[in-house]
Amino acid sequence: MTAPDLFFWLCAAVLMMSSVFVVSARSLVHAVFFLILAFLNAAGLFILLGAEFLGMMMLIVYVGAVAVLFLFVVMTLDTGQPGGTLRARLPAALAAGAILLLELAFVAFAGGPAETPEPLPGGVSNTRALGRLIYTDYAALFELAGAILLVAMIGAIVLAHRYRPGVRRQDPVRQFVRHQGESIRLEDPAVGAGVSEQGR
Amino acid sequence: MTVTLAHYLMLGGAIFTVGIVGIVLNRRNVIMILMAIELLLLAVNLNFVAFSAYLGDPAGQVFTLFVLTVAAAEAAVGLAILVVFFRLRGTIAVEDIQDLKG
Repeated sequence: MTAPDLFFWLCAAVLMMSSVFVVSARSLVHAVFFLILAFLNAAGLFILLGAEFLGMMMLIVYVGAVAVLFLFVVMTLDTGQPGGTLRARLPAALAAGAILLLELAFVAFAGGPAETPEPLPGGVSNTRALGRLIYTDYAALFELAGAILLVAMIGAIVLAHRYRPGVRRQDPVRQFVRHQGESIRLEDPAVGAGVSEQGR
Repeated sequence: MTVTLAHYLMLGGAIFTVGIVGIVLNRRNVIMILMAIELLLLAVNLNFVAFSAYLGDPAGQVFTLFVLTVAAAEAAVGLAILVVFFRLRGTIAVEDIQDLKG
């Protein structure tokens, strides 16, 4: 057993265990932390497979953004604890899992392609090969992915933004159209009289 | 025991199964369901990358990139909807979300 194989088994074991803990955790916060652990190990597997760029993407997008988002929502909302009737649904869940595993096993034992990793064509690094593909063959889809992210960002902001009455907002148009005459008032008060609003 | 493509596919299938079990097991909790969906997408990504590496074709990794994009967008919008729903109702239990039932 070589070092890469050992790395695979380590990552695979931790990934498997942490994903089981994600779905069976008593507390949502623990589930999120196990999700982060699962993503870390998946990134390790990606790097082992030669997909360094995607491994780093997993770290940045999932661990850096999505998991933090989950953690933020879990800690902000009072969601109650999942537990309780979990045990009652266990048979149904295990049955669903067994059926799916059976289907996957049929496919898995139907035979497969190559047994050893093939090097990327052209002898270039993973990131460079990916970039060449993204900006040539998949350029339109790549732009579409960016559009999806933009729509999701705007949608999330519009959804979660709260419109409250009575909030003093900055109004740029009013700021630009006001002039000296309505902004400044010269007063010549008598001694001891002071300035009042009625003098306007 | 040397690692082959089959090992990666088995791992992906096992994680996918765990995600399905998680959806059925925690079907009262929306955040749990969202996290289980993230697990499903992770398993699919693993299969894409494994095939990409063993067939020497980087196109599979492009698809993984797109799956990653859609997963991030889905998480953001889904959690925003959850926050709004919680603000309106004070709960996010799935059985309370049935206003759209015909």
